[in-house]
Amino acid sequence: MTSYFIAGASPLGGEPMNIVLTDGLIAGIGDDLAVPGGAAVVDGAGLVALPGLVDLHTHLREPGREDAETVASGTRAAAAGGFTAVFAMANTSPVQDTAGVVEQVWRLGHQAGWADVFPIGAVSVGLGGEHLAELGAMADSAARVRVFSDDGKCVWDPVLMRRALEYVKAFDGVIAQHAQEPRLTDGAQMNEGVVSAEIGLAGWPAVAEEAIIARDVLLAQHVGSRLHVCHLSTAGSVDLVRWAKARGVEVTAEVTPHHLLLTDEYARGYDPVFKVNPPLRTAEDVEAVRAGLVDGTIDIVATDHAPHPREDKDCEWAAAAFGMTGLETALSVVQQTMVDTGRMSWADVARVMSAAPARIGRVSTGPRAQGRPLAAGEPANVTLVDPAARATVDPGRQQTASPNSPLRGLSLPGRVVATFLRGRPTVLDGRPRQADAQEVR
Amino acid sequence: MKHLLSTADLSRSEAVTILDTAAQMAATQERAVKKLPTLRGRTVVNLFFEDSTRTRISFETAAKRLSADVINFSAKGSSVSKGESLKDTALTLKAMGADAVIIRHQASGAPHTLAHAGWLDAPVINAGDGTHQHPTQALLDAYTMRRHLKGEVRGAADSKGVIGRDLSGLSVVLVGDVLHSRVARANVALLHTLGAQVTLVAPPTLLPVGVDVWPCAVSYDLDAVLREHQPDALMMLRVQRERMSSAGGGFFPSPLEYSRLYGLDQRRLDMLPGHAIVMHPGPMNRGLEISAQAADSPRSVIVEQVANGVAVRMAVLYLLLAGTSGTEGA
Amino acid sequence: MGSDPAVSADAGITRGVLTSAEIDRALTRIAYEILERNKGGAQVVLLGIPTRGVYLADRLARKILAVEPELAPEGLVGRVDITMYRDDLQRGPVRAVGSTQIPVNGVDGKSVVLVDDVLFSGRTVRAALDAITDLGRPHTVQLAALVDRGHRRLPIRPDFVGKNLPTALDERVKVNLAEIDGADSVTISHGGTTEARR
Repeated sequence: MTSYFIAGASPLGGEPMNIVLTDGLIAGIGDDLAVPGGAAVVDGAGLVALPGLVDLHTHLREPGREDAETVASGTRAAAAGGFTAVFAMANTSPVQDTAGVVEQVWRLGHQAGWADVFPIGAVSVGLGGEHLAELGAMADSAARVRVFSDDGKCVWDPVLMRRALEYVKAFDGVIAQHAQEPRLTDGAQMNEGVVSAEIGLAGWPAVAEEAIIARDVLLAQHVGSRLHVCHLSTAGSVDLVRWAKARGVEVTAEVTPHHLLLTDEYARGYDPVFKVNPPLRTAEDVEAVRAGLVDGTIDIVATDHAPHPREDKDCEWAAAAFGMTGLETALSVVQQTMVDTGRMSWADVARVMSAAPARIGRVSTGPRAQGRPLAAGEPANVTLVDPAARATVDPGRQQTASPNSPLRGLSLPGRVVATFLRGRPTVLDGRPRQADAQEVR
Repeated sequence: MKHLLSTADLSRSEAVTILDTAAQMAATQERAVKKLPTLRGRTVVNLFFEDSTRTRISFETAAKRLSADVINFSAKGSSVSKGESLKDTALTLKAMGADAVIIRHQASGAPHTLAHAGWLDAPVINAGDGTHQHPTQALLDAYTMRRHLKGEVRGAADSKGVIGRDLSGLSVVLVGDVLHSRVARANVALLHTLGAQVTLVAPPTLLPVGVDVWPCAVSYDLDAVLREHQPDALMMLRVQRERMSSAGGGFFPSPLEYSRLYGLDQRRLDMLPGHAIVMHPGPMNRGLEISAQAADSPRSVIVEQVANGVAVRMAVLYLLLAGTSGTEGA
Repeated sequence: MGSDPAVSADAGITRGVLTSAEIDRALTRIAYEILERNKGGAQVVLLGIPTRGVYLADRLARKILAVEPELAPEGLVGRVDITMYRDDLQRGPVRAVGSTQIPVNGVDGKSVVLVDDVLFSGRTVRAALDAITDLGRPHTVQLAALVDRGHRRLPIRPDFVGKNLPTALDERVKVNLAEIDGADSVTISHGGTTEARR
């Protein structure tokens, strides 16, 4: 395998160093390294080197909705966004609720070669919320599933939730909960508050998220299991997770880039590109999730990348699908909201977008480990980002197969220049780079 | 004014211009020949995704009185109910050469999307969208209030001396299902713009979270409001009977309790000042939000509201269609 | 109808056509001609075309009443707004609709005299004729104009004229009346800063 010599990039934003990648590993990091024979040189001047990003919450849509995204297009988008691994949510068709389906998704990811794909298993059969899916079989499959979620739907039945939390302890799994009290959100379209009252859209109250989180942290404590809270979006949810962590509950939480940046004011124009679940909240909530990410209450940023074909958004608000794309803009949004504001360092970014999600998903050990430090001997999963670059978001130029980016037309900082997956560039000079056929094999 | 989507978009002078124009339109409707040649050759489409015979007929009458050609495009039984998207419907209307589209839709914001998505360039008039807005209803309500309460003879239907005037100084009380009411939202915004003091009265379950920032007062106690405010106009909102049996066991315990606490009966009618008028956007639930006595009392202007609707819709069609399209007019 | 006072100032080559006294004499003559033609004022209804035609109709009514004091003023004069009958609504911004006031006994069987300030293309009169048709069925319709500047585009001719004024198309004739302009005068301006109005 080829060697790469990254000249003068700044690991985690620190002093410029040379980084040598050989045979899928980081061979060395230092300011006095020589270019190995035959190595390709990558100019790293002005670039920040981060460990390959890991997204704990991606919708790849395959199998079932290949018109929106495929494993190949979704992982190519992930690579373009600086990710070397994604966790693929279970709400495909058929649902990822058996060993067969999760192995299919895992294999598709492996064949595409853009990023490691870790399938998430459904908690309940068909996301029906009634019977536990075969969690053990999925855990034992080739896909080695450790994260289970009915995302898109809440595991609403408290008994089912308790059983799921207990059952996954056997293989160190985690339940990732989509916290949404269904009765309080019947027909809900957007955050319930001043804006919804004025523009006449049915409200999705913050309490519908917070009530489930409160119940689940207490359940997780009671049964001594791990809970992960998906796309936490309200100030009250931050308070609840902070309180639970203080009590020693094994809870982790994620926030999406869009909840770090956007508010429900964007709904005023009835453009369904801003329709998402959980909905965009208020400016106070945005500040609370930013503060929660800074103080560690919120462990990670995860995209909830939810591609939809054009026709699912080219309609009136109520008829539109929930969800927005995010893989290719996540790092820029985090830079704008957290780094450029001085609230987080690049080391913090590496923690919340690489190390912590890999650890929660239990993929941070072994020869194909993700979320490892930038250090000699570690797998060569490296992302190079140019923090001084700025670009206007144009969904038509993105790698994802769907156009539903809420950031369309927005100017954002930061550009992913290169992504290395175990020493092989999936992105180079800012462009996705298809792996050679033999490397895929 | 390119479209009429929400009363919140109207300035005071735009709103007064609509009311003034409506007054001139109403005058033409007292003649033997009611038809005017004004919009001859223009095509107006009534695009109704939701049944509302009375609103559709009111718009259709207004357009025809101005000599416009009217095409009724009802979603029921058409390709729309077979899954055709709003977008394709809009493209069809554009191809047919619609000069204006009047849209009624069950989804809040659908008229906004129709106007701004780039699918067609004709003016869009919102004839009621979901629980959002119903601007021509609010305009006809304001027109009716101005006629009765701002004319030379207060309390009588009299258009003399109202031209150019707003509703400043009037106290208006709206009672009922504010949560689901596009009429309430449209009225609060317009009445505020026109200078009236608005008070909403409803059980707390029928008020939206976030109502506290609206430009109006809110109360749960109808008797206290009638006693203390002595309103000039009292508008009873329609309460749909299905609100009693929806999720969570309904928004109020029983029709009887609702009538007792929030219905307009003879006793409450007698609490109003002598010149006050009683309004209802229709259709009424007699015996629920309004008693037959109150609905049929001399103070009731409910039937007149319907007639005024034609004049107001003529005014809106005239103002949106008579000038050069896209010109910033009055 | 409405004209822009800024033009005369701007053109700088404005000259007077009629003075206040000449306007009054012309109206007096027209009043007598109306009575003469209609064998008295009993069946006459004066309908002014906004804006300035309304004031001219009022003045004519006063002069007729001075001659025939037994006539009922409320049956003699009214106004007809022609906005919604115009053929040029879609050129230019939307126009405010004015009010139409018909004398108490209506126009059926009457001798209606339309009153306008300047007769030019004839399009305004055409619109007024359509408006009157919707108001009733007069016995006759006649036309009085303070100034006839020529350049008719329609087969319309005046019955009563204050002054025939030959003009070029790019000239602008402006009638000023004390009721809204402060003082009476008729002026003409050259220079073509404005295109022909009607």
